[in-house]
Amino acid sequence: MRLLIKGGTVVDPVRGTLEDADILVEKGFIIEVGPGIEAPGAEVIETRGKLVAPGLLDMHVHLREPGYEAKETVETGCRAAARGGFTALACMPNTSPVTDNRSVVRYILERARETGQSRVYPVGAITRGSMGSELAEMADMKEAGAVAFSDDGRPVAGSGLMRRAMQYASMLGVTIISHCEDPGLAAGGVMNEGFTSTRLGLKGIPSAAEEVMVARDIILAELTCCRLHIAHVSTQGSARLVREAKSRGVPVTAEVTPHHFTLTDSMVEGFSTAAKVNPPLRGEADVAALREAIADGTIDVIATDHAPHTAEEKDVEYDRAPFGMVGLETAVGLVWTELVDKGIISPARAVAMMTVNPAQILGLKPVLIEPGAVADLTVIDPELKEKVNPASFLSKGRNTPFAGRELKGMPVLTMVGGKVVYRR
Amino acid sequence: MPLLRKDLLGLEGAGADEINLVLDTAASMKEVLGRKIKKVPALRGKTVVNLFYEPSTRTRTSFELSAKYLSADSVNIAASTSSTVKGESLKDTAATLTALGADLVVLRHPMAGAPHMLAGHIKAAVINAGDGAHEHPTQSLLDMYTVREKKGGIKGLEVAIVGDVLHSRVARSNIWGFTAMGARVRLCGPTTMMPAEIEKTGAHVYSRMEEALDGADVVIMLRIQLERQQQGLFPGIREYAGLFGLNEKRLKLAAPKALVMHPGPINRGVEIAHEVADGIQSVINEQVTNGVAVRMALLYLLMGGGPGEVAN
Repeated sequence: MRLLIKGGTVVDPVRGTLEDADILVEKGFIIEVGPGIEAPGAEVIETRGKLVAPGLLDMHVHLREPGYEAKETVETGCRAAARGGFTALACMPNTSPVTDNRSVVRYILERARETGQSRVYPVGAITRGSMGSELAEMADMKEAGAVAFSDDGRPVAGSGLMRRAMQYASMLGVTIISHCEDPGLAAGGVMNEGFTSTRLGLKGIPSAAEEVMVARDIILAELTCCRLHIAHVSTQGSARLVREAKSRGVPVTAEVTPHHFTLTDSMVEGFSTAAKVNPPLRGEADVAALREAIADGTIDVIATDHAPHTAEEKDVEYDRAPFGMVGLETAVGLVWTELVDKGIISPARAVAMMTVNPAQILGLKPVLIEPGAVADLTVIDPELKEKVNPASFLSKGRNTPFAGRELKGMPVLTMVGGKVVYRR
Repeated sequence: MPLLRKDLLGLEGAGADEINLVLDTAASMKEVLGRKIKKVPALRGKTVVNLFYEPSTRTRTSFELSAKYLSADSVNIAASTSSTVKGESLKDTAATLTALGADLVVLRHPMAGAPHMLAGHIKAAVINAGDGAHEHPTQSLLDMYTVREKKGGIKGLEVAIVGDVLHSRVARSNIWGFTAMGARVRLCGPTTMMPAEIEKTGAHVYSRMEEALDGADVVIMLRIQLERQQQGLFPGIREYAGLFGLNEKRLKLAAPKALVMHPGPINRGVEIAHEVADGIQSVINEQVTNGVAVRMALLYLLMGGGPGEVAN
């Protein structure tokens, strides 16, 4: 079975170019790329006016399985990823049991193979049970398929242990993904510390809670030569620290989520639990600084921190609701609406931030559109407008603060290994 | 009228007209309280549920008596948030109260925003009787009632609020209420207990009590929770009382005949010296009486009494 993807504009995130070309796919591989390909008998996918990008990779997803299948499963998470234009994702280890050993890594990979919708790359825990006291078996997990290590959601508080973890990870050549949050400064806070938290009487999390840990981990990356990736940067100060560290050649990379570059803490108004997320939505100056950091290359990656929860869990008093929002099915629309359409970054750079950049951080072979490559593709219609409708999500989670918001630039077709896994 | 459209959730955004309506109605209620038989049939057949997720004696009793004086039936539910973790969610409780036929629910809850959530899930009117560190609008209304009664008006007054503003719902409601009524609000307390960007409310922040009290017409002292010491917010009672306690010497800095207020219960000898608490400028006990009148007014306004009618 041959597929001809015809008439689209092919995005090359490495060269940073856009070029009109057809793509011929056979047996799951790209066999030809170029203008005016003739392929009699091939099924034609018309992509005129659309962008054809290498398959997108979301390096920060919570699939919730094993343990929290009411929130999400590997299967529903992968279907949501496909609908969101992602052909691959890395999933965080805060499952139950925690992904801190080979068998859980293998279990997740097995479940992903059964569904076949997306390429799934497990992230292993840094410490046993993410308890922050003993190192987990990183080498064993790496051999089983873990691509990076993180105690996302339960950051390693002890600096001594974090140093050892980074030394050990550097020996394995893997990246440590750090969720930067000082527990003493965050101290039970539930939203950004500022005028809104003061008015609402909710406990604030100061920017310093993140920045103190960003600074610490940058210093430890220098000490250990470990590759450090800062997850979900949310503040102006964190962006400044990463920029400064990069200028000195520290091996640090960073990601920003669509919600952090789009929304401010005013979304919590009315005690909206859909806007409760960690790190919290920050102020206007932070959003502006994140956009600047995305534009100047300080930020390498856009990742969603897709964190599904059930409706019952979110329909409670604000203090009691869990942190997190879903992101897989709104990410591309937000990147296009908020960053590309506004001229902050080019389409090619947007694609790079969701393909080659995260792949490099995770040590994966980048997916490219060239003869011989695996046919993992994402087709984006930059003109398609759509209102966010949580009821249409394929994720089990409907917890989004973007409901009703109009997005322009949506993924319309997702292909994994030559198979169309989603078509809008 | 946003303040009393269906519920009373907070005073942020309330206008002087709305507040004056409550205070005027409360004045009629206070007249009822002065009668030999202090009971009117205004709310006969109405049901008030006092749903308290935090221990409270004075606020709960005040609401209970307010309902009784207006001939409404009232029931008290003392719930604990720890039991609801295993049991019924606030959303389900709302459905239960609706099914039971409650006309108005008075909610006290340790979490900010709980009354907003309840109000969204229930047909009955909801009065916020204190939610976390967010608002305590009935306390502020009774404070304003007391000041208006004693001073003849609120506009132009200097109102000092002293203590743990960070955790105080009374402070927040009073900032909105007194500011809306044209007073100037001063806040004073340890910097560790001053919420971020509080000056954006329009209140003026002082860290020295002497400056905050200078010429003040009203001094509202806040209760200091002793557990804040363990949280590292202040070093101890001795130093706190020394810096932020209201004693006779400090009270002299305020305007002559300045009112001394406290939402209670008071820590004698900590935030307020006993001579001041029991002194002639203290209106702490009158606040309690006025609380009943103000709560009667609110029950009346929210459960059918038109603004123009006087309850008799």
